[in-house]
Amino acid sequence: MNRVPLEKKVLSENDRVAAELRERFRQNDVLVVNLISSPGSGKTTLLEKTLEALPRTERVAVLTGDIQTENDANRLKRFGFPTKQITTGGTCHLDARMIDKHLADWNLGELGILFIENVGNLVCPSSYDLGEAAKIVLLSVTEGEDKPLKYPSIFFKSELVIITKTDLLPYVPFDIAKAEENARKVHPGVEVVRVSCTAGYGLQEWLQWLEVKKTAVRQEAESYV
Amino acid sequence: MHELGIAQSVLDAVQAEAATRNSKPVKVGLRIGELSAIDPDALRFSFEALTAETDLQGLTLDIEFCRRRHRCLDCATEFEVKDFIFDCPQCGTNRNECISGEELQLAYVELEEYEPSTA
Repeated sequence: MNRVPLEKKVLSENDRVAAELRERFRQNDVLVVNLISSPGSGKTTLLEKTLEALPRTERVAVLTGDIQTENDANRLKRFGFPTKQITTGGTCHLDARMIDKHLADWNLGELGILFIENVGNLVCPSSYDLGEAAKIVLLSVTEGEDKPLKYPSIFFKSELVIITKTDLLPYVPFDIAKAEENARKVHPGVEVVRVSCTAGYGLQEWLQWLEVKKTAVRQEAESYV
Repeated sequence: MHELGIAQSVLDAVQAEAATRNSKPVKVGLRIGELSAIDPDALRFSFEALTAETDLQGLTLDIEFCRRRHRCLDCATEFEVKDFIFDCPQCGTNRNECISGEELQLAYVELEEYEPSTA
């Protein structure tokens, strides 16, 4: 019997593709964010409001993942930015190869921000690096405030927590302070933004976060040169 | 829920390693962190389903489950994080970094040489 040490990541192939993507995003100065949440937390709606608010001159593109249907891409296409649906056909997450494949005919040099909307799932997307600058997790007030404790992996790996549907707070037994406390228990210091896409609360704060992140990514890219 | 894909990635790596050494894999060792979002039981189930009635039937899966551990940035004490309490048990500060718990790592594979053919 011969024991051979391997000491490599199970997903090393995914990580290799993700590292190549990250390098291409860096070279082209593209901010890439990976939006993750349960199904129905409002990823697509947040993107609709974001695309609506961004100036036409902003060079934005969207990749949106679902198991079936082109519905989300159709909702997002009307804002006039390049948008593509990734239909996984059953897979519960996006992986780096899917991103690579769907970027093939886009010129990254023409993009400033790429939004990746992952398949609605709080578990599996947390394992797959897509080459993004930041993972962002959304949690709606119609879910439980203990979600961060139940799904610590994704809350630990996300740089930003967006609490959505806050206009519904008067009607649901959701303790928003407790939800934030739980997110910070799992991930000390994590940033939290509260939004309501229906009422328009918090969207400026979210756009501001994007702007700051974009500047940080650019500065990091310049420091490589 | 994605344990089937993970199990397939493990088997691909095992087969690649076995092929380069022209040997038969008999055991594979993995380290799975509690933050990796992988359920060891679901992974074992997927692993058995994928290897059943194949050349790899009987391949043993050895999973080492790794708890979340942090290292204090002030006094370098290493400690297990339980119930999301991040305070250093030694000096009480909460400035620390994660050193374990995120693993999804192939640790080793055990191979045996093929029996010389008697045919």
